[in-house]
Amino acid sequence: MRALVVDDSRTMRRIVAGTLRDLGLETTEAENGAVALALLEDGLAVDLACIDWNMPVLDGLEFVTQVRARGWRAIALMMVTTESEQGQIVRALAAGAHEYLIKPFSPDALRAKLDLLGLRPAVVAGGAA
Amino acid sequence: MSQELFAWVADLVGRRSAIRLEPGKEYLVESRLGPLARERGLSVDDFVRRLRAGVAEADLVAVVEAMTTNETSFLRDVGPFAALRSHVLPLLRAAGATDRIRVWSAACSTGQEPYSILMALSDGTGPAPPVDVLATDLSDQVLERARAGIYSQLEVNRGLPAPLLVRHFDRVGAHWQVRAELRARVTFRRHNLLDLPPPGRFDLVFLRNVLIYFDLATKRAVLDRVARALRPGGFVVLGAAETTLGVHDGFERVEAGPAVLHRPLATPRVSTGSGPTGAVGSLSAVPTPLGSPFVVPAPTPPLPVVSAFAPPTARGVG
Repeated sequence: MRALVVDDSRTMRRIVAGTLRDLGLETTEAENGAVALALLEDGLAVDLACIDWNMPVLDGLEFVTQVRARGWRAIALMMVTTESEQGQIVRALAAGAHEYLIKPFSPDALRAKLDLLGLRPAVVAGGAA
Repeated sequence: MSQELFAWVADLVGRRSAIRLEPGKEYLVESRLGPLARERGLSVDDFVRRLRAGVAEADLVAVVEAMTTNETSFLRDVGPFAALRSHVLPLLRAAGATDRIRVWSAACSTGQEPYSILMALSDGTGPAPPVDVLATDLSDQVLERARAGIYSQLEVNRGLPAPLLVRHFDRVGAHWQVRAELRARVTFRRHNLLDLPPPGRFDLVFLRNVLIYFDLATKRAVLDRVARALRPGGFVVLGAAETTLGVHDGFERVEAGPAVLHRPLATPRVSTGSGPTGAVGSLSAVPTPLGSPFVVPAPTPPLPVVSAFAPPTARGVG
């Protein structure tokens, strides 16, 4: 199970990807929506994309719109962003995002979102080395 | 934490809440009291020593509160909620439940459970079935929070699907508040699980992740009472990791889609005095004036708002 982490902040990418790996997923990182889209077009297969909102070149909302326009239905799309206004959540969902996780978040919250999305990694963190 | 300090906390919590902290639960005390101790710049041990030396009542209340408040989140262990509309309601209807379904969220803590029940029932695929939800807890403080329905970002992040967040909540500053129409559909009331159940009969009792705090005899006593609070054909919903096995032999397990339910057997066996440990305390022998679980329920005051859905006629069990 692989997740694509799309965020222009290297630190944020490291945190999100690290948490996902702790939960048993493999990860690929992209620094903006355009890079992420190129990876997918090159055939990278992912089950989940965790997407920041504000990024240069191609922002998260536009990335979601593009993924939906291409009909890639197998990818669960989750915004992971500090944007927390109600209207923004509504916009992201309307554009086609499946879930919305507001930063900062706990590993528990991320795991709960994966459950909601039906993504149950084979390995679950929690004490195991 | 030393045995002596643990014993002191266990005694305090036991006297004030009937929750029994058995040896081996030291970790629970350490983790629950950690934040209170840190707020005061103390280690947990020093915090407990200071409490023991005799200090403010407020601190003792805070300790009992911290030890007894349920960890909770929206749609915790999603199974029972996911199954409510698709599986559980049809089972209840088949068993003759009336139009209005009565749900008791026992030990509701800060309200995530009763609100989750209502959110799961109004999933946007049609009119929500008329449901009365009574939510009870031992603690007035958590009930106050539950009534207000205000949750932090962290709390709504955990387990609540984003579509439900935007449908049922409003942003209030840095927090999120359950919309008034949903709040108005829950009746919150203080209740101790060791007391008689709230009046009336229920189709569903959510009793999740609370029995764990009780000793065996108390678990049985609570389950006895809950069985008597159910309508015929009604179910108890326990926590994902909980079972009546080895605790109370008057229930059978029923799978309903992703949910596991527990139904009282038609002729409940008396569970007192013959438990596997034989260590049955006085609690399970407390007489219950309600008698048979299947007596016709006494008329109950209609709960607000949802009563508007009630048919003008029969409220009784068919």
